[in-house]
Amino acid sequence: MSVARPKLVGQSIVRKEDGPLLRGQGRFAADVNFPNQLHMRVVRSTYAHGNIVSVDLAPALAIPGVHAAWAFADVADIPPIDFRLTKLEQLAAYRQTILAKDRVRYVGDPVAVVFADDPYLAEDAAEHVVVEIEELPVILHADGETGEFRDGLSTEPAIIRKGYGDVDAAFANAHATVSLSLSIGRHSGVPMETRGAVGRYIADTDMLEMYGAAKVPHWNRDQIAKMLGRPPASVNLFEGHVGGGFGVRGELYPEDVLVCLAAMRLGRPVKWIEDRREHFIATNHSRQQTHHIRAAIDRDGCILAIDDEFFHDQGGYMRTHAATVPDLAAAMLPGPYRVPVYRAVGHIRLTNKTPGGTYRAPGRYESTFVRERLLDAIAAETGVDGVEIRRRNLIDKSEMPVTRALETLGTDIVLDSGDYVRLLDKALDGVSWTALQAQLKQRRQAGELVGAGVAMFVEKSGLGPFDDVRITINTKGLVEVVTGAASVGQGVETVIAQICADTLGVGYDSINVIHGQTDRIGRGLGAFASRVTVMTGEATRLAAAKLRDKVLATAAGLMQLPADSLDIVNGEIVRSDSSAGPSMGLAEIATALAPGAKFLGEREPSLFAEASFESRHMTYPYGAHVAVVRLARDTGAIDIERYLVAYDVGKAVNPMLVEGQIVGGVAQGIGGALYEEFTYDDRGEPLSVTFADYLMPTAREVPHVDVIISEDAPSPLNPMGLKGAGEGGTNAVGAAIAAAIDDALGQPGAITQLPVSPQMIKAILKNNL
Amino acid sequence: MTDKTDITLNINGRDHAISVESRRTLADAIREECGQTGTHIGCEHGVCGACTVLVNGEPVRSCLMFAQQAAGKPIRTVEGLANGDEMHPMQRAFMENHGLQCGFCTPGFLMLAVGVLEKEPDITDEDLVDVLSSNLCRCTGYQNIIKAVRAAAIEMRQS
Repeated sequence: MSVARPKLVGQSIVRKEDGPLLRGQGRFAADVNFPNQLHMRVVRSTYAHGNIVSVDLAPALAIPGVHAAWAFADVADIPPIDFRLTKLEQLAAYRQTILAKDRVRYVGDPVAVVFADDPYLAEDAAEHVVVEIEELPVILHADGETGEFRDGLSTEPAIIRKGYGDVDAAFANAHATVSLSLSIGRHSGVPMETRGAVGRYIADTDMLEMYGAAKVPHWNRDQIAKMLGRPPASVNLFEGHVGGGFGVRGELYPEDVLVCLAAMRLGRPVKWIEDRREHFIATNHSRQQTHHIRAAIDRDGCILAIDDEFFHDQGGYMRTHAATVPDLAAAMLPGPYRVPVYRAVGHIRLTNKTPGGTYRAPGRYESTFVRERLLDAIAAETGVDGVEIRRRNLIDKSEMPVTRALETLGTDIVLDSGDYVRLLDKALDGVSWTALQAQLKQRRQAGELVGAGVAMFVEKSGLGPFDDVRITINTKGLVEVVTGAASVGQGVETVIAQICADTLGVGYDSINVIHGQTDRIGRGLGAFASRVTVMTGEATRLAAAKLRDKVLATAAGLMQLPADSLDIVNGEIVRSDSSAGPSMGLAEIATALAPGAKFLGEREPSLFAEASFESRHMTYPYGAHVAVVRLARDTGAIDIERYLVAYDVGKAVNPMLVEGQIVGGVAQGIGGALYEEFTYDDRGEPLSVTFADYLMPTAREVPHVDVIISEDAPSPLNPMGLKGAGEGGTNAVGAAIAAAIDDALGQPGAITQLPVSPQMIKAILKNNL
Repeated sequence: MTDKTDITLNINGRDHAISVESRRTLADAIREECGQTGTHIGCEHGVCGACTVLVNGEPVRSCLMFAQQAAGKPIRTVEGLANGDEMHPMQRAFMENHGLQCGFCTPGFLMLAVGVLEKEPDITDEDLVDVLSSNLCRCTGYQNIIKAVRAAAIEMRQS
């Protein structure tokens, strides 16, 4: 068989997704409607902590057009929402029920639901539900005293411990020790589309459906089935367009289960669309951690050991991610450096805030900030330049692959490939580092507060253990790729079509990619952890190669030519030596194999192929960020003058999309570094409940971002060498900006927490006077 | 609050005779009563701009306007940008410059940019960024949105 020449993989072609989205023909959750549907409104706790004394639904039920209202007693038979990843037995008692039982644990905790004919009416009715709560003292700091979750359970349900080597001995023998206390603020994904779910029960077939699914439709299907006591095959989830995911959207939340339960019980479709205030207090928060880290170093500034203790602010309950975020923080903290001895101790703490989950580069945005602050502190301690300190500690290409004695997400950490030093050089060259340093020096001498910072990191991607793809060619010659992946807006259809087109030898436009539909494929893992291009991409390549063989074998029979003399070019089966002669279209091959066709004989009917790609290890992309900032002496304002990301993704299927991922990721990283924070008053009342309080970067705050897409280190774990591109733009932003601000202030270690506000800068400047 | 008033919304040149409560927002009326779901609702408090439509040629946040306030006035939404199969230069520029990812904020950005460029075709680059900073996008980091709008501005000036 001749190998199809790569044509589309590696090219920045325009997306398959764009047409409908640009024409206003998208189908987002709120766009889904069914005749006779009811609208659900959630009544949420206005107290951060308290005992529920009573819930009176009667005033709401008395309103015409209100059809039902429930409190916990009405859903007491439904088990709490289970863990999807990083389960720990001792966390089970901390799971969230779909309505609060007898205690509320954060402002926003669902206490009751009402169902009405109209969403405005449902909102009115919700305000008539009378909830009496006896207020309890709140815990708002993860690193303070522990308290009682309930029934004698501590607010510290588990401690994550990871590491290797003799830490005490390493510190005892060190030339010097560097210690820091650092914290990362509470912020989150905040997609532009709030969450939404529409449940529908079809009685005559006993099928339950949910629309508005995202991220992990198959897992959620199985869980909803389990929680409602139904066979999984009697539940289907449908993903439409998804207005951004970033880790938070698509996890299983109480509202998803409630609309399904209500659709069954009330016999009408039930629609719920989250409003923005609800989103800020109900959808997963993330990031908030405080670290106490120290490094043992030798006289050259080489790391002998790292010892980190941190406190993870989980909020009110353990949600679907269980221990995932602190686990990743602990496992990924060593980053791209040689760390001979390591210990991380992560305290998971329940507080009276919105529960947490993953957000783009979960655990890594945090631990990269901490580690890179540590590297900068080592540089300051030893008097060696920060770039040079990094060079001395970076793992060398010759050492690859590197097995860390650490595991996360059920996989051993094996850094599969990388040339970290080379990437650092690319990043520095990208900003003409030496010349930049000279310019900044000159400007500082002229009185400006300007500085530059560098941060490096290792990401992870391509989480298995499997993905399935089925490719079918119909009798019109059109190709359909069905995957168990999901799309949160990142361009899945485009990338999968590019890989399919090249491998199969068909036109990009003739391919239709189906994702996120549980009725179309038996299993699927969805879209998270930068996994889709790697896992689904390779499964697509495998299935397309199989299908290609099948096409050529069938064509050989029909054309009376040996299969190895044939090729598929743009959907036509032709002689591979390019000699003139007969050709056939894919439609003809599919027709020949159609059920009942004369040619079929003993052959399997229909022109399709299926393949699974299995992988027990993740792939590890890596990157460097460079930030240049200017501080305003009078206001403390922080202006990012330049930003560069160099990211090695092994192989970029569509560089335009990779760049889009990186730049978008940087913008979110900037939000967490400078602007975004969920704050609370002393009673646990959330203070960031509108876009006027929770400040997301706009076109004015996000600088031009230079992107270097590097392909030095293809992954050995899949034939195309793919590594995921979704999270590297976000990962090191806090770290790089902190370093740049330090440099601008001329004060190493000045920045110890994120987000950095102008007030903080002003305070530092004032103290310096 | 259930007293309804009969009004006519003219969306993309077509009249929609609807009956709405006085508190009904224009965004909800466009989406639910008139079935034009291309206009998206992102915050309902006038900050994100996802619901931006043109009323009398001016970009407005349709979540902050009552449907009754827009009665009888020409309203343009994303559904009216393309001329049949042929996309508006702004739509094409967003596609060519990868100015969208999830696409949720996109209709608002398209209407904002078209509305401003129709009135101020020679707007400076700096002012353009200022205008675009009134809407939020969470996917793109704005770089490609700015690029797309600049590219479309050139094309719109030429045509």
